Amino acid sequence: MHELSIAMSIIEVAQEESERRNVQITAVHLRLGALSGVVKDALLGSFEMACEDTPLSGARLIIEDVPVLINCRSCQAHRPISSVQLFCCAECGAPSAEVVQGKELEVVALEIEEWDHSPA
Amino acid sequence: MGSQPRLIEVRKNVLKQNDLLARALREQFRAAGVFVVSLVSSPGSGKTMFLEKTLTLLRENYRVAALVGDLATENDAVRLARSQVPVKQITTGTLCHLEAAMVQNALQEWNLNELDFLFIENVGNLVCPSSYDLGENLRLVLISVTEGEDKPLKYPTIFNSADIAVVSKMDLASAVDFDWQTAYRNIQAVRPGMQVFKLSAKSGNGMEDYLGFLKKRLDEIRVPAVT
Repeated sequence: MHELSIAMSIIEVAQEESERRNVQITAVHLRLGALSGVVKDALLGSFEMACEDTPLSGARLIIEDVPVLINCRSCQAHRPISSVQLFCCAECGAPSAEVVQGKELEVVALEIEEWDHSPA
Repeated sequence: MGSQPRLIEVRKNVLKQNDLLARALREQFRAAGVFVVSLVSSPGSGKTMFLEKTLTLLRENYRVAALVGDLATENDAVRLARSQVPVKQITTGTLCHLEAAMVQNALQEWNLNELDFLFIENVGNLVCPSSYDLGENLRLVLISVTEGEDKPLKYPTIFNSADIAVVSKMDLASAVDFDWQTAYRNIQAVRPGMQVFKLSAKSGNGMEDYLGFLKKRLDEIRVPAVT
């Protein structure tokens, strides 16, 4: 269970951006690969907990699941696999260990609210 | 006070800090000509016994050292010290995996130029270590026959991220009805083409093939330095 430390890293990344741009973050968009080694539900729970008492408190974590793609040499294309228990091209069945997508663990976007500093 | 919601693109790898450190470590290892193997396995797979045997046999002709990760105790380091090679414990506390920064800290007092092989034993865990690059040349996943043939299917991520697999405690295979063909097929399903060694650290059977493989890999990384 390392989702809490991953959640804290996500908050760190977001907070850096928030300070640099002087904005309030309301949501973090994350791309999460099926081979990232991170469990989505555990991460969502950890994120909520880790946000407490930080400037991100109350922010949402929006996760986009990224499926595994392999390079299939017989199709000469990037293809999905049969399942994570079977690294074979879902189209032609050829085995392949050349993973080209699915290890992602990246913050891709932030939803923000800009502070309005103009006098009321 | 008014505010407008807006979406901004950032694209930042969450583990970037670890990845950068791992890259620096890899460069350091390359420059020193040391071949680095990390070991991942379940708790109780016999990883320490396997490593002890590896260190003892390699010590005859090579300069070897080991870092061992453990949650709380120093028992593993004490056991491994019997192999008479330099061993350092990394106590991770509650952390379930090693990170590149811990490896970097632990290596500070060692001169890598004086080593041929460095082994890094990760915390016994088949989930968390898969996300963290430690700068190693080779990630070895170890399973023992007592864990059953379907371990690779239960933990495909770690098997997929590994470079070689070792099936150990083969001396117990018949006692636990272990089916080698099924285990091999399962490993190939989650990591097509992966080289698999079957051995018994206790009896020593199969150790030679596996150590021969490591020696060959060490020669390969040193070729550019010689020519």
